[in-house]
Amino acid sequence: MSEETNLGILAEEPGEQNTRRAFLAAAAAAGLCYTAALAYPIYRYLASPEEMALSATAVTEVTLKEAQKLPLASVLMFKFGTAPAMLIHHEDGRWVALSAVCSHLGCTVQYEPQADRIHCACHGGVYNAYTGANVSGPPPKPLTLFKVAVNDAGVEVSRS
Amino acid sequence: MTAKTASIYDWIDERLGLTELAAFARHKTVPVHSQSFWYYWGGISLFLFLVQCFTGVLLLVYYRPGAEAYESVRQITFVMHFGWLIRSAHAWSANLMILAILVHMFSVYFMKAYRKPREFGWLSGMALLGIASVFGFSGYLLPMDELSYFATKVGLQIPMAIPFVGPVIANMLRGGPEVSEFTVQRFFALHVVVLPALFLPLLGFHLWLVQRHGNASPPSEEAKPASERKNIPFLPNFLRKDLAMWLISLNILALLASVFPWALGKQADSLVPAPAGIHPEWYFMSPFEMLKLLGAVLPGESGEIAGILLFTLGIVLWILIPFYDTNKESGQRARAAHYFGLLAVFALLATTAIGYWTIR
Repeated sequence: MSEETNLGILAEEPGEQNTRRAFLAAAAAAGLCYTAALAYPIYRYLASPEEMALSATAVTEVTLKEAQKLPLASVLMFKFGTAPAMLIHHEDGRWVALSAVCSHLGCTVQYEPQADRIHCACHGGVYNAYTGANVSGPPPKPLTLFKVAVNDAGVEVSRS
Repeated sequence: MTAKTASIYDWIDERLGLTELAAFARHKTVPVHSQSFWYYWGGISLFLFLVQCFTGVLLLVYYRPGAEAYESVRQITFVMHFGWLIRSAHAWSANLMILAILVHMFSVYFMKAYRKPREFGWLSGMALLGIASVFGFSGYLLPMDELSYFATKVGLQIPMAIPFVGPVIANMLRGGPEVSEFTVQRFFALHVVVLPALFLPLLGFHLWLVQRHGNASPPSEEAKPASERKNIPFLPNFLRKDLAMWLISLNILALLASVFPWALGKQADSLVPAPAGIHPEWYFMSPFEMLKLLGAVLPGESGEIAGILLFTLGIVLWILIPFYDTNKESGQRARAAHYFGLLAVFALLATTAIGYWTIR
């Protein structure tokens, strides 16, 4: 089989081989363009939610209406863009807003008022509830700290 | 082939019998004659079915049946990138598939390809067409816009006319006395689970039969001596032409789907009257019009029942054609079957035309 094809190619004029090569290259390029034209809309279709999420992560400020009424030593969970975040009203009256996504493997962390710390139930990571600093356990980085402004209408949380 | 690839090939061949398959494929031939063009339509139907599976799965990514059905289709059409195109391709391909199946069926009919030993090919094909029309009917409701709502409402009135069991069947399909979110939910289950589960094995059987018996030649070809009949190898000659047809089909589909995007009507509302000029899809137009014409001759319930009976009789006669047109020669019965086929084509075209004429 392969011998025959080899003989066939040897018997051809060199120019003929060039045109065949050029034709095959053009056909391959056309096929590639065709496939890309089919694949592009399908990719964009499937990626739509991701693109919507991207525009949501561009959020730099969230207003939490009526959040100024949050009692002492309690927490309010909210979404900053697409990711969970927490607003803590400490016993001493201080306000702290942090990302609620554990820097270890992405679980949502929990504020524990009794211990006044932030704890991740997945792998036992612990963070400081004022600064977000990683205190113990596996987390490699602190939680992102947000800026907080409290007024009569609510609480404004923004990227610092 | 290098020694490495040869040894991999041998390893697989020993277990899967690739060499036997290749030998089988090499010996497979397809007849060539003036009517060979019609051989492509089964393949085109198959291709469009594959497109339906593919685009259907893509729609499934965002579609939500039940109360949110309309909202999710609105989102697919207007919010998701190219969602309109995916939905349009699914709807257009569905229509083209029914068309291709009909062309395939009539070509098989007039080439008398249902005769011995191909009776099961005909019967399984008819069953596939039946399932395809239920696919069409159930899929039509899923967007839950005005048109799909009324089409389903009217369509489910037809089983209602069957004496005694009719209302039970209709209520079972509808999930209650009215078309509602329950109807969408069960039509969805039908459309994406039950019907594919029935369709796929039957399609496998149908294709296996084509492999087993090969393509049928029309009687005029079979009358010729073997030396005058021409054949081409399936691999690669016929397959190459088949794939070219698939590519042409895909291009036509892409053109139709993008230039004439499938519309989404207003959300279905049971309190809003049916819009003027509402009519069934083209492939249901003929039975719809036949029932309407019979209703004019025989008014009331008796007309409906007579219509359903007459229609069922026609379909049964059509399905059973291999059993009363059995003769290999073109005799009296063969001619009768031929005229019955022409009558069926004429009746379908005429009632469809009258149907569209009377809307406007």
